[in-house]
Order: sequence, then C-alpha cells, then structure tokens
Amino acid sequence: MKSNIKVALVGNPNTGKSTLFNLLTGLNQKIGNFPGVTVDKKLGLCKLADGQIAEIIDLPGTYSLYPKSADESIVLEILSNKNNPSFPNLIIIVADATNLKRNLLLYTQIADLRIPVIIALNMIDLAEKSHLQIHINHLAKLLNVTIVPLAARKNIGITELKKAILHCPTIALQYPSIAIENIATALIAEISLELKIDNPYIALQIAHQHKSLKYIDKANHPLIEALKAKHHFNSQKAQAQETIARYNYINDVLADTVKYPAIALEENISNKIDHVLTHKVWGLAIFFGILFTIFQSIFSWSSYPMALIENLFVGLANLSHAYLPQGALSNLLVDGVLAGLSGVMVFIPQIALLFAFISVLEDTGYMARVTFMMDKLMRKVGLSGKSVVPLIGGLACAVPSIMSTRTIENWKNRMITIMVTPLVSCSARLPIYTLLISLVVPNKYVGGFINLQGLTLMAMYVLSIVMAIVVAWVMKKIIKSREQGYFIMELPVYRMPRWHNVGITMYESVKTFVTQAGKVIIAISIILWVLASYGPGNTFYNIDKKYQNNKFNNFSVDEINKLKAAEKLENSYAGVLGKSIEPAIKPLGFDWKIGIALITSFAAREVFVGTMATLYSVDGDDTKIEPVRNKMAKARNTQTGQLVFTTATAFSLMIFYAFAMQCMSTMAVVYRETKNIKWPIIQFVYMLVLAYGCSFVVYQVLK
Amino acid sequence: MKLSQLKIGQKGIIKEFTDLAMSVKLMEMGCLPGEEIKLDRIAPMGCPIAVSVAGYQLSLRKKEAATIELI
Repeated sequence: MKSNIKVALVGNPNTGKSTLFNLLTGLNQKIGNFPGVTVDKKLGLCKLADGQIAEIIDLPGTYSLYPKSADESIVLEILSNKNNPSFPNLIIIVADATNLKRNLLLYTQIADLRIPVIIALNMIDLAEKSHLQIHINHLAKLLNVTIVPLAARKNIGITELKKAILHCPTIALQYPSIAIENIATALIAEISLELKIDNPYIALQIAHQHKSLKYIDKANHPLIEALKAKHHFNSQKAQAQETIARYNYINDVLADTVKYPAIALEENISNKIDHVLTHKVWGLAIFFGILFTIFQSIFSWSSYPMALIENLFVGLANLSHAYLPQGALSNLLVDGVLAGLSGVMVFIPQIALLFAFISVLEDTGYMARVTFMMDKLMRKVGLSGKSVVPLIGGLACAVPSIMSTRTIENWKNRMITIMVTPLVSCSARLPIYTLLISLVVPNKYVGGFINLQGLTLMAMYVLSIVMAIVVAWVMKKIIKSREQGYFIMELPVYRMPRWHNVGITMYESVKTFVTQAGKVIIAISIILWVLASYGPGNTFYNIDKKYQNNKFNNFSVDEINKLKAAEKLENSYAGVLGKSIEPAIKPLGFDWKIGIALITSFAAREVFVGTMATLYSVDGDDTKIEPVRNKMAKARNTQTGQLVFTTATAFSLMIFYAFAMQCMSTMAVVYRETKNIKWPIIQFVYMLVLAYGCSFVVYQVLK
Repeated sequence: MKLSQLKIGQKGIIKEFTDLAMSVKLMEMGCLPGEEIKLDRIAPMGCPIAVSVAGYQLSLRKKEAATIELI
C-alpha cells in the first residue's frame, strides 16, 4: 500500500486525538487521559473512499507551538520544515468543542504556517449536552476552513472526516489570523531574507526557537542572535503580544458563532467526584486504598489462571519425557527450554492485570488527580507532581515510564525522576517476589481478609517506592540547577475507561513480555543448560568413574543418580562460575546456585525464575516432575545440609532484586533520554551499592 | 488581590500578571486578562490549587497563582 497523502493530527492534550487516530487507522497505540501520554510520533494508514490511502501521523498533544516540554517541540520541528520527511500535505486540528476558545489558539498558530487545514470538532455531543450552541457553518465561513463535527468516542463523524480528507485543498485556503509582521517587522524581514524563508510566522518562530530546531544549521545561530540583539527582540514579550493578539482574533470570531448557556450549569459531575477523590483525608486514603486493592487483586485473581498454566507445563514436560527419544537434545528441550519458559509464562496473568489497572487509572483521568495531590510532597524530595506518573508506571515497566518523563518541564526534576524510576518494583520483579514469598511466607489470612503473602508483596512495593523517594531526596541535595520548575496542568474531566483500550493494553503488554522476555529466556536457558550439563576437562568422566566404586554398592540406583547429578552440577561450567562469585555473595546469604542466577539475570531480571527452573531441573531427579517452587522449597545446601531458601536468604534476595539495576533495556533508554553515558553508569553503580548494602543488612539481621 | 488569596468557591477577574515568563504560559492556557477565574479546590497538602477558567479546570502551584493579580 502506498499513501497518496500525508496527514498530521495536531491538537491539545485530552481532545480525543489518539482515539481519533485509532479510529482512522485501526492501528493500536496507547491512549491515556493524562496530558502527554502520546510522546512518540505514531504512524498509521487510513483507507479513504476511491481506494486512496492516507498516511496519518499522530503528533504529541500540545497547547501551542511554543513547547513546554521535550516531546512538544517535535510539532514545530516537523510542521515548519518542508524538507522534513514527515511534513504533511494536510493538518487535522482536533479541537474540543466544549473548550473551543483555548483550542483555537493552536489552530490560529497552525493556520499561519500556511499548510492546508481541516478542523475536527470533537466532543460535539458533550457540547450539545451542556447547551453550548456552535454555528459550525458560520464559523467555517469566518475561518474559511472545513469543519467536521465529531464524537470520536461514539464513532460519529468519522466517515465525514475521511471524505473531507479526500477532498482537502492542495493549498492553504484558511484566512490568516493576525498580522504577524506587526510583532517584529524588521527582524522578520531580515530573517526571511537571510535564511530564505517565505513565511513570516515561520521566520518569527525561528527567531524564538532556532536553537531547539534541528533543521536550522548551527552556523546560523550567531547570525540570528545578532539580528535579535540588533532589533531588541524580547522573546517573552513578543510571545505575550502574539498570544493576546490571537485571543482577540478568536474572541471576535467566537462572538458571532458560539452561544454559551445563559445560566451557569449546576456543578458538573467531575467536580462532585473530585470533592471526594482529592479530599484532604479521603483523597489520600482512597489513593492508598486503590494501590492496596490492586496488589491484593494481582495475587488473588491470578492464582487460578496461574495454576492452570503451571499444570499445563508440567503436563507438557511429562508428555515430552514419555514420547521424545532419550538423549541430549530432548534433555535440552525439556530441562532447558521448557523449564525456563514455564517458570516465566506462569506470570502472564499477573502482568496483564497490573497493566490493566494502570491503564484504567490513566484513562479515567484519575492519574492527573494523583499528580495534583502528590505535587507538594514530590517537590520536597526534588521531584514534581508529574513524576508520579512515571513512578506508578514504573510498577509496570521502567522503559516506557522513563520515556514519559519528557512531560516534566524542569531538567533537574526530570533527571531525578529518571534516576529513581528503576528503583520502583517493575513487573519483571513480580515473578521473583511471588516465587520467594510463596517459599517463606505462609499462605494465611490475618483479620479474616488480608492475605499475608499479598501483604508481603505490597510491603516490597511500598519499600521500593519509599527507597525511590529517599534516593530522590539525596539527589536533590547533590544535583545543582537554577532552573525554576512550574506546574500548570489541565485537570481533564473524569471519563469512563475505554474497555477496548484496556484490553489492547493487556494484550500488548503480554505480547511484549512473551516475545521480548521469551527470546532472551530461551537463549539464556539453552546456554545455561549447556553450561550446567558439561564441565571442564574430564571432570564429568571422573565423577562417573567415582560412583562406579564399590563403596557405593549399598546405595540404590536412584540415590546414586541423584548424588551424581548434584556433584556434576557443582563441577560444571555453571557451577564453577557460580562458585567463583560465591565469596562475594556469601555475606548476603546466597550460595553458588543463586550466584549463577545473579549472573544470568544481569541483563534482564525475568531470567531469574527461568534459571532457577533450569538449574533445579538439571539437579532434580527425573522420575518426578514438579513446579520449580516445590524443587526450590526442598533444596538443601550440599555441605551443611540446611535449607537453601530460609527466610533470611529469601528476603535478602528479594531486596537485592528490588534495588539492583539488572535491566539492559532500562540502561539503554536512560542513555537515549539523557544523551550522556554518565547517567546510566551512575545509576548502575549507585543501585548495585544500594542493593548489596541493603541485602547484607537484611541477611545479617534475619539470619 | 492575588489568585492565591482566593477562598474556595470565590471568583475573581484576571487583571494582570506580575511575572512575564509565567504570564506567557498562563495566557496560552486561557488565563487572560478579563477572564473570570474561580478557586475550586486546594490539594491535600495546601498546594497546588485547582481553578475553573475559560471553561475547564486548571491546576497550578500557589507560587504561580501569586503572579496573577485579580480585580
């Protein structure tokens, strides 16, 4: 399919832009009610009538072409440069009909870029409901632009919009809004001349933002600065003058076309909900209540599907053992790959649930209220209210969360948020916590309804968030910055979550987890199985020989096999590797087997459970196939004969995984977002030191 | 009187701004001289605040609200 026309979707946050994008393209992407969820440019193809195809680009939501945050700057970057590969033939401005005035500010700026424009007037149903009368035809005439009324959530107006795209003009027909030249006549003329720009508004924008526009040659910066100085150009004053002029124009246009309801409507539902949800006492209580419910549900709702998956894999392993021919290859398949995969696939239900909860919180608009409530607290520790979203998102995965910090305007706040987000326990730690908790914490109920295991899990999460806040506070003292942060944020009205959207989020998260983690896990499982099944030189031969000795005559065949397997593992390549780091991790209560897991899960935490499953399968006796949990519960130290997973070791291990940076993807994204190798290195080191120190203390105290 | 001095439920009309950099951002968000503005809520810890302006709800910090002079 080749597209005939490029269309850019532009609009304020919370105007339903992403919903419209999904309706037009059928491509799925994350949609949220929180300002700024759409951080990356999203592409999709839209089939029009006549078999024509339009390429749709979803640009980040923004209130104006003067960006407040890193992701907003992409809008002007694309729209002011004809040579940009994403430069559109047509711009669709998605405007909220219930808030036309503020939405038209962006329209007037875009209109002056002289690219053909259509206005998609969304939420027209809500405007009608609140008795707001918009004379669409008259408005369209005054602006000389096509306006398509829409109710994207109800799928109304999409066909008309597609028709409008098909019949869009090839040149900009909309009337210019304000007299741009009046803002800085001489400067605009000189920049236009020097840089060969034929549009006065783009020339003005270059005067304002040339340093952040990537297509402006660096060599031109001194020239532009000199011109600005020559004409006494004050960027902020010019911007204020422009904004006031634009609103005057908008007021004139709206005076004839929009009638507001005569009497102020009764307090809307959103406000009533906020009375409770952002209440001094109840607001915070409800927030923590919601978090508590989420963790309880993750444990209780997922137990049945988890048991199902566990049994499925046990069945599969039984079948493979029964039908596959004996040999190294089938051993590799069953003890290596299958064992590794089963250990991780079990956690699909929990991960799907966690992502579903976070998606609902974002989609309903509740996340924006959490931001509102937590801002003051967050500021005390060097973060911003907006850091709450990445931190809560960190419960799912640090990678998209670190990308979402782009909405934080203040550099220092953003850096600290990036540095501490990986401390928040992500879904990859969930399998480790659940496994270890189920080993050492009894499955009992306290006070009738509080599950002890669920409580422990929640404690791990609370601890991780507390640690993130403590580290943020320390960094606030260390990092120096004079830049002033601000917090001007729209509070969107509450909406019902779009269940279709929640479903997509669950599906996508599981898909990513299975494909991304699955690949790594299969690869590492295979390597690990090889390392655990073979040893250096002729050690394995010697072990075999040793057990042929007469002194083992009193032992049964089973017992000999078991002893042999244990000794082989200990002397295998994996065993040697684990043993080599044992002195370093012994103070934390870890033996060499856990050492192997630490090494293999260095790049990704998900591998831990798989490693455990593989190690204990190689070690275990072949006649009984059991879930990894049971094998670990019975594991004993070969020298002391004591249980390996005591309460002290299990908790020390959980703390280590909670604080250590064992995720290549996170380090890669931190490097990409900070553009300085210094930050991921600092992060790796401080997290390792923190993890080692805390594990040491926990083990020594609980021992 | 400043926006930060309003009581919950109280209204005012924006007169001017005392901070140029802040005014640019506030005006973009619809806080213009002549607009009516109402204090809806204060966050549990006393800051930020939520106001109704230009037909929607906006939240901003007390310090930022102090740069808005009301009639």
